[in-house]
Amino acid sequence: MDGIHDMGGMHGFGKVEPEQNEPVFHAAWEGRTLALQRALMYVGAYNIDQMRAAIEALPPDLYLSSSYYKRWALEIENVVTALGLAAAEEINAGHARHAGKTLPRKLAAAEVANALTRGSYFRPPPGPARFQAGDRVRARNIHPATHTRLPRYVRGHVGVVEALRGCHVFPDTSALGQGDHQQWLYTVVFDGQELWGADADPTLTVSIEAFEPYLDAASS
Amino acid sequence: MTHGHDDSAHGSELSEMQLRVRALETVLAEKGYLDPAALDAIIEAYETRIGPHNGARVVAKAWVDPAFREALLADATKAVQSLGLISRVGDHLIAVENTPQRHNMIVCTLCSCYPWEVLGLPPVWYKSAPYRSRAVNDPRGVLADFGLQLPADTEIRVWDSTAETRFIVLPMRPAGTAGWGEEKLAALVTRDCMIGTGLPRRPQDIA
Repeated sequence: MDGIHDMGGMHGFGKVEPEQNEPVFHAAWEGRTLALQRALMYVGAYNIDQMRAAIEALPPDLYLSSSYYKRWALEIENVVTALGLAAAEEINAGHARHAGKTLPRKLAAAEVANALTRGSYFRPPPGPARFQAGDRVRARNIHPATHTRLPRYVRGHVGVVEALRGCHVFPDTSALGQGDHQQWLYTVVFDGQELWGADADPTLTVSIEAFEPYLDAASS
Repeated sequence: MTHGHDDSAHGSELSEMQLRVRALETVLAEKGYLDPAALDAIIEAYETRIGPHNGARVVAKAWVDPAFREALLADATKAVQSLGLISRVGDHLIAVENTPQRHNMIVCTLCSCYPWEVLGLPPVWYKSAPYRSRAVNDPRGVLADFGLQLPADTEIRVWDSTAETRFIVLPMRPAGTAGWGEEKLAALVTRDCMIGTGLPRRPQDIA
């Protein structure tokens, strides 16, 4: 989705402003929101790609004007209602009126250590990798209206495969609830001037983590 | 953005969000999907145990132990796991090493991907539009916002975390630390130097 979330290379957002002695959370509800999200993923309510897709689907003005955890809270509301895990009127009322669905897992407080470990996204390869380290590749000029992890700023540009990272869950299908459809994942490096033109910093290289369907072979 | 400013500017949003998130949690708990006590435990872990002090131990160990450094650069998940700092390290952790020729910087332009297990939760600036937009085309400008200027001929490599791989920067060991033990070295390792927006403290900075 060519959304507001895809920010690489945009102008106009101003300076980076680090906060001295920043607290882990700026308000108690931020911590609750983070923990809710973590717990929902652990119990298998939905996956991280569905989460990201729902954040990206927030209207751009709302996305930009909401704090980070507010986006998460809005996303959780949207996803749990879309999946029928809770009804909007229940959330508005602040109480459940109907029994919940059965989810794959439960999360007891004693098991929280497990919920804090990220799951593995490795999956058995369906076939050999198409590219090897050193290959020149062109990021495809694709503009799916649905979730993708190919940022706009590399599309159409030529880079070099630096490393193979194994075969991973493919976010583009996972976000749609269509399954893992695992793909080879590559670190692909682009020269700054390839991405940003002749005026770019000549010392800059930028890499992305690219799934195989994002890439075509490029002639050298 | 100072904490005080944040409180006053977002006072109304804060109370609205407090109510909204409480309603959401109540409904999802009543549905039987989650236990509020588990949420308490998750929050407690991020507020107390999971933070950049874990990453600092990893970096300090790599500075004193060449075999560990090599293992870390080869497979950071496995190497960090071997330290037993935290219950378990998820797959796909990758360590990238700064050298006199190259400076590495980590970003997630699409959202906020960050190596939680070794650095904790990301700071607000890491998740902000200014950082996410500029890191990939004006990294030196971003570093200047952090008060950091690198030599003009240092190669700058920006790693955009667009998949489930997660990156931690292994910074260069500061001069004047010969003979220092791991614990003393770890005190020089800042969160920002493991993201690549800073350098480790120097011995004179902590004297």
